[in-house]
Amino acid sequence: MSKAIHILQLYPDDMNIYGDHGNVLVLKRRLEWHGYTPIVTEYNVGDAFPKTVDIVIGGGGQDSGQEKIHKDLLKIAPKLRTLAEDGVPMLVVCGLYQLFGKFFQTSKSHRLEGIGILDIETYGSNERLIGNTIATTEEFGDIIGYENHSGQTSLGDSAIPLATVLKGAGNNASNGHEGARHKNVIGTYLHGSVLPKNPLLADFLIETAVVKRYGSFTPHVIDDSFAEKARGVAAQRPR
Amino acid sequence: MPHPFIILLGKVVRGLARLRGGGSALPGLFVERLDPQFIQKTLAQLPEGVVVISGTNGKTTTTKMVVSLLEAHGLKVFTNRTGSNFTRGVAAALLKEIDLRGCLDADVAVLELDEAHAVKFVEAVQPRHSLILNVMRDQLDRFGEIDATANLLATLAKSSSQSVVLNREDPRVRRIALELKNQQVSYFGLSNDLLQHFPNDDDLRNQSVKTTKRPPAEVLLSAYKDDHATFTIGNKKYETSLKITGVYNVFNSAAAIALTKVILTDDFDARKTIVALSEVTPAFGRGEVFIVDGQPLELVLVKNPSGFRLGLKSFPASGYATMIAINDNYADGRDMSWLWDVEFDDLAKAGVASVSGIRAYDMALRLQYDEVPVTDVNTDLPAALRRFIGQNKTLPKRIYCTYTAMLAIRKDLRKSTNVEVVS
Repeated sequence: MSKAIHILQLYPDDMNIYGDHGNVLVLKRRLEWHGYTPIVTEYNVGDAFPKTVDIVIGGGGQDSGQEKIHKDLLKIAPKLRTLAEDGVPMLVVCGLYQLFGKFFQTSKSHRLEGIGILDIETYGSNERLIGNTIATTEEFGDIIGYENHSGQTSLGDSAIPLATVLKGAGNNASNGHEGARHKNVIGTYLHGSVLPKNPLLADFLIETAVVKRYGSFTPHVIDDSFAEKARGVAAQRPR
Repeated sequence: MPHPFIILLGKVVRGLARLRGGGSALPGLFVERLDPQFIQKTLAQLPEGVVVISGTNGKTTTTKMVVSLLEAHGLKVFTNRTGSNFTRGVAAALLKEIDLRGCLDADVAVLELDEAHAVKFVEAVQPRHSLILNVMRDQLDRFGEIDATANLLATLAKSSSQSVVLNREDPRVRRIALELKNQQVSYFGLSNDLLQHFPNDDDLRNQSVKTTKRPPAEVLLSAYKDDHATFTIGNKKYETSLKITGVYNVFNSAAAIALTKVILTDDFDARKTIVALSEVTPAFGRGEVFIVDGQPLELVLVKNPSGFRLGLKSFPASGYATMIAINDNYADGRDMSWLWDVEFDDLAKAGVASVSGIRAYDMALRLQYDEVPVTDVNTDLPAALRRFIGQNKTLPKRIYCTYTAMLAIRKDLRKSTNVEVVS
């Protein structure tokens, strides 16, 4: 059996809207195509936290989903923090991105404490930021996705934005940055799903995990021509 | 009653709009501007009142079924047949049907309304009965979130003066009953055996169907195989063949029966209902079939993950040439995320002959990750359609398409001389 890589999927029962399932699928397949054996563990409220974790992935939810998982997330926060500080790659999208920050103050003037891995703060608003989005980074090139959120996120002093927005809103309606980064933890508002059309980002998570677990990573060649063309079309579409 | 002058003007605008080949909504918009109470006044005449049908999937076909079932019982029914399920679409349909005195020759109005518009509509017109089909992740970019959509439907239900029919298998719809104090609530549902074939939105995600405690249902779909269905109405079973295809449409026929029963009360005749139901054909674009070069070509409208997934489950891929056309115009939804919530494994063996539409490459990319082989990818829809038909002459064909892709394909097919429209 080829080398195993353990993916931990956070709260698929409650935090799964806008195709976040696609991110797990992309990691799974690309790991296989690169010659590894992906093992996906779904972690839901009340489950036992797995011993081996190489990649953590989490998605978006509605306000009701966030409320449901909130207590449990605080419970496993120390474990997630240790993993993050240890350099484990993570991708959290939208709802879990917000809760990986310091807090999410929902529109009903009600505050959900976050787990503070990312130095960000989010306030609910009446304005919904929706549409095709392009945000550029040095490491992963242009990230192409679709945003749909009413939370407005601002970055604290120690937070590094993931990307600079070329089209769309990103973290909030005014600052022109998208997502946040701490060590190998990546938070973003982008759906699409985000990983299929951004294979560089997917392979970053994979390479980081494999190197950490096995010392080195030799990628196989994957045909990303559909992804390339889909990126080209998406970039031209109206917001 | 609305002023005769406004009716006359509205009818003139309607005539002009038709000459121009314009949409069905413009005259409705016009008459609503002139008389904001036009719909309210006109519908107030109906002895059996107004019935509203809403939900994410299957409104058009369900409405068509309810109309047929009521007509089979001798009622004259007004409906918004054009599929323009906004209030101005209702106004436009009314303009066509009323005479110059504003009289509407009907006993009851059965209206299909989009969730958001249903809420606007009931502010003006109180429905007597309402039917809530389901809440699925559809066009979230328009309504925000699925719970918000459920709230819109709850508002519709609460506005009903007499009764509400709910889908007991959809937890978000079932929950609406908790908010209803003044209405008689009844349910349609599925037998436990069938439950796993009809996943609701939560089940679609969790890959498993949870049997929870459910209220008793007035009408049950108790068995379904090929084109044969068995319904349990009260405590009697009725078996029938159906012309309607697709598992979700068949489930919604239980909803149509339940609503008909609520409207007709003592006049409801189960036998008559079942006979009428067996004759109903799918609504516009939903399972429409053309004959091209002597082979059937079927269009399957897909607009959200649940609909797409149920479509794939309803129609086996083997023996068919399959095409998928995905557009991302406003009416289709701009976000492609939904394609990642559908599993395409069912197509892996037969493969997909053609992928087209504006977002052809997003679809091809999606299929790549389910390791489904794809023959052609082309964003030029007319060219892709020609090639798909040309390369698969001897096979029956099926095209899964989003709304605007479907309109383009129909237009193209109707231009061809070797195409016969069957339904």
